[in-house]
This record gives sequence, structure tokens and C-alpha cells, in this order.
Amino acid sequence: MIVNGRPSETPPGETVAVLLRRMGLAPDAKGVAVAVDGEVLPRACWDEFALPGDARVEVLTAMQGG
Amino acid sequence: MKSVEHVPGEDNLVGEEPIRDGRPTGEDACGEHALTGVDQRGEDALTIAGRALSSRLLLGTGGFPSLQVMADAIQASESELVTVALRRVDPNARGSLVDVLAQVGVGLLPNTAGCRTARDAVLTAKLAREAFATDWIKLEVIGDEDTLLPDAPELLRAAEELTDEGFVVLPYTTDDPVLAKRLVDVGCVAVMPLGSPIGSGMGIRNPYNIALIREAVTVPVVLDAGIGTASDAALAMELGCDAVMAASAISRAQDPVRMADAMRRAVAAGRLAYTAGRIPRRTYATPSTPDEGLARFG
Repeated sequence: MIVNGRPSETPPGETVAVLLRRMGLAPDAKGVAVAVDGEVLPRACWDEFALPGDARVEVLTAMQGG
Repeated sequence: MKSVEHVPGEDNLVGEEPIRDGRPTGEDACGEHALTGVDQRGEDALTIAGRALSSRLLLGTGGFPSLQVMADAIQASESELVTVALRRVDPNARGSLVDVLAQVGVGLLPNTAGCRTARDAVLTAKLAREAFATDWIKLEVIGDEDTLLPDAPELLRAAEELTDEGFVVLPYTTDDPVLAKRLVDVGCVAVMPLGSPIGSGMGIRNPYNIALIREAVTVPVVLDAGIGTASDAALAMELGCDAVMAASAISRAQDPVRMADAMRRAVAAGRLAYTAGRIPRRTYATPSTPDEGLARFG
């Protein structure tokens, strides 16, 4: 699994919510969005969606810009 | 929606030619203020997609030396809307940008900064909607690494797709009046033409095109990119722009908070001058004192 461009030890089947927690993000974290394999994964799915072993995950947040 | 009221400033002049003013009057959102364009404080509100903003200055949040300076500058600018970007979570990040901006009490306008294709920009906009719970997006699709100029075909494609999906799209665009019109045709609620390349501080290189864009579209025009100092922001407003977006000009100034204050005043002054209606430019002098009653000596 690739998380934010780096190989990750995340076990297949782990939910997005658990991944976010391990990344130090609160489950109700404001300003966070997740894409899996180039598609938006809505916040409502974070608790249930099990990440496939070959998933490419992007975990994004607000950054100063523009 | 063209104004049927004659508001001061409609006979404003840029160069030698009067400009026809295509400004929306904000009749719906501003109520009676639309009749005069001026509210009780002597300032007129800006309305974008039905949202009234009392400040005509938008800020970028990038480039500040610290979150504290950023917060102080936003307060000094009195801006109500600031742009934020979306990037990968940095485990070492200090302080939460979202929390700081929430404390300041300013609205967020997420952008698609860094996107090179319509596809990436659309996905980024969707992620931003998820992250910030807003349909508003400042659409940027960059076509060249050195100039950071917009990629016009990709921009238009992304704008069309996003407006179809219900986004409120404010595109960062070139100073091309035809492209601005096309962007409005596909549903953009404002256009954000550049004065000069992002972060260049070169000011408004083609004021005639900016005035033409003001004429060509009926949505708000927000001068974006290239502002170097306060006079650039004032010029943008004098040309008829409805608002100014400043980022590096403030965040990379030697004293960002002071510059934010200067920009606030410049935008307000430029807007006042625009609505006051400047005198036409003339080659020869026009005496401001009458000859009548002039004493004759000898």
C-alpha cells in the first residue's frame, strides 16, 4: 500500500479511520480529505472502508497557499 | 444582470475612453444599497454568488513567516475570505492552519494550486469540498513552470465540469477578455484575471485588458496575482475590478501586517475613486481657476 507517496506498513483490510488515527489525526479532524486510487473517499465512509493491499492513498489537509 | 441605475463611477475613464460598466449591482443581496452602491459606512458591499462581503480584499495564506504573523495580517487586512491549499498531511507540521483561521473568524476559499490538468484540478476541488465543507473553489490550472500562467483549455474544461457538479467556481485566469467571457459562459461566478505572473510583484501589466474584462463580463472581477504594493491594488480598483486578491505582496513584505493594512486602505481608496468617477485625461491643461475677474496691470 502507498500512503502519501511512500510505501506503508498498513495491513490490507485496515479501515481509513484506523489509518488516520495512526497518522495522528482525530477521526473528526477538520480540514482533512482522503482519496483512494484517485477517487474521493467521503468522510462518511472512513469508518467502514477497508483499504485493499495495493491501494494508493492520499491523505490531504489544509496548507498555507494561494 | 446589468445595472439600470446610474451609479457614480459608471462614466469612469480608463485612458481616454469611457468604460461601460458591467458590474452587477447586487440588487438581490444588497437591497437598498444597490440603489447607490454605498452603505451606511460609506463603503459598498461586494456580492459573489449571493454571498455579501464587506471587504473587497481577499488574502492568500501562503508565504507568511509564521501562523501568528498570518493571523495578524488577516486581521489588519479586514479580509473575510482567504485561500488555502490542499497538501499531503505533514506529520511534523506545527499548529493547525484550519484552527488558526477559525480563531481569526475568516472564511476559507480552497484552491487547486499546483494542479496541471483539468482532471487533477477537479479531483482536488472535490477533496477540498470534503475537507472544508464548502462548494467554493478557486480554480487554478497551471500551464507553465516558469511563469505559472494558466493553461486556458484545461482551465475551461475544469471550470465546466466543476460548475456542472455544483461547485461555485472562481477561476484564476489570464488577462484575456475572451477567455474570461468563456469562463462565465460555463457558469463561473467570478473571474480572477492576473495582473502579472504569480509572486512577480510586477503589478498590472495590461490595464486595458483588465478594463476590457470588466466590460466583458457581468460577474465580479477579482484582480489576482502580480500585486506588488498598495498602488497596484488601488489601480486594480480604479480600473473597475470588484476586489483584489493579494498573497505574496503581503506575506513576503518586510512587515506583512503593515502591508496588509496598506492594502486594505489602497483597495478602499481605489474603490472610492472608481465610484467617484475620475476626470478624463487630456493632453493640454485645463485651468482650475477662471480668468474672469483677473486683474489687469498696466
